Amino acid sequence: MIRIAIEKRTGPPTSFELKVDTSFRLNAVTRISGPSGVGKTTLLKMIAGFIHPDRGTIRSGDEVWFDGDKKYFKKVQERHVGFVFQNYALFPNMTVEQHLRYGTDDQRYVDELLQLGEIEALRNRYPKALSGGQQQRLAILRALATKPRLLLMDEPFTALDSALKTRLIHRLSALFSSQQTTVILVSHQDTELDDKSDVFHLNGVEETG
Amino acid sequence: MDLEPIWLSMKLAMITTAILLFIGIPAAYWLSRKQTILKLIAEAIITMPLVLPPSVLGFYLLLAFSPNNGFGKWLHQHFSLQLVFSFPGLVVASILYSLPFMISPVKAAFSHLPGSMAEASYMMGKSKTETFYKVLLPNIKASVFTAAVLTFAHTLGEFGVVLMIGGNIPGETKVASIAIYDAVEMMDYSSANRYALILFAITFIIVISVFVINRNAVKSPFE
Repeated sequence: MIRIAIEKRTGPPTSFELKVDTSFRLNAVTRISGPSGVGKTTLLKMIAGFIHPDRGTIRSGDEVWFDGDKKYFKKVQERHVGFVFQNYALFPNMTVEQHLRYGTDDQRYVDELLQLGEIEALRNRYPKALSGGQQQRLAILRALATKPRLLLMDEPFTALDSALKTRLIHRLSALFSSQQTTVILVSHQDTELDDKSDVFHLNGVEETG
Repeated sequence: MDLEPIWLSMKLAMITTAILLFIGIPAAYWLSRKQTILKLIAEAIITMPLVLPPSVLGFYLLLAFSPNNGFGKWLHQHFSLQLVFSFPGLVVASILYSLPFMISPVKAAFSHLPGSMAEASYMMGKSKTETFYKVLLPNIKASVFTAAVLTFAHTLGEFGVVLMIGGNIPGETKVASIAIYDAVEMMDYSSANRYALILFAITFIIVISVFVINRNAVKSPFE
């Protein structure tokens, strides 16, 4: 279980108060949904360790990641998470292949990922020479390069056409089961990943699908 | 013609730029992080030489470096170092005087990098240091180059500060800009013209190189 009980208040320009008390199943896919501006991205970033919650606790399995009372905060580097940013956040100074090599020395795994994302022919290109959909796939693959135990994805499939999205999700699902990856994603739309997954509505109502 | 002032100017500019690269980049990075009162004050002090008359800076440095007073005396007694009317003194003064030219553009470049770029590197298990050298710094290369070139050019053109604390000692503190002034004082317009022309040419090449390096940038590097 990933157990989250936190509060976070943010100032302008995105003023909102976020209160979350929920659990996510390990080795499963959970989709966080909810209207714009309720703090879905902020929640994801607090789980990753990019943002400090104001108070509360975050636990992953039997590891404590954040404890507001004890002022404990596990650094993002030690959480072994993968993160797919909504704006991709690619490195302009690295080629497609270098992005993945930055996270792993395993060339066979790098090739496997490039194939999975159908960008093996673009391995020597820099991000500025990629289309939006190619950049988005690279952002997903880069997050997988370190074989994270927990993968956090913020609107990860928005730039992909539906056929490509279906193929990619099919392959990702297989990879997630073989690597026993826990996945939490933020998405406005239903995705095919949702078939067997939980849905968490951030406006307070929780469902299990 | 005596080329020593030109050489001295180049040497001063090169040493100043090298030292400022070394201290300016970390300082710029530090300033680009979360804003605090301390940083606000530090940034104001660093920016002061942009607007302060060079003679004011030169005057206070002259007092500070004087072997009769506190800091200068201490340097003289412990390191036998005299900073007034000496080349090392010019280097120290140039570093202070050109500080904003190195730090401001680099700080702006660091601030414009999306925060998620560093976060993406941390998420891959990379330390802050590794992220700095492998992700942040390579992506602001053009700004660092522009800052270095501007620092170099600015040091080359330095006059007021040099005159105040360096004086006009041939081979030691008589840089090209001083040599021009000196030649004009002695009504030697042809020498002044030669020095001026060389400085003009060097500066022109420098500015052209900045534009070439930044040709892909949307904005002019001087905006």
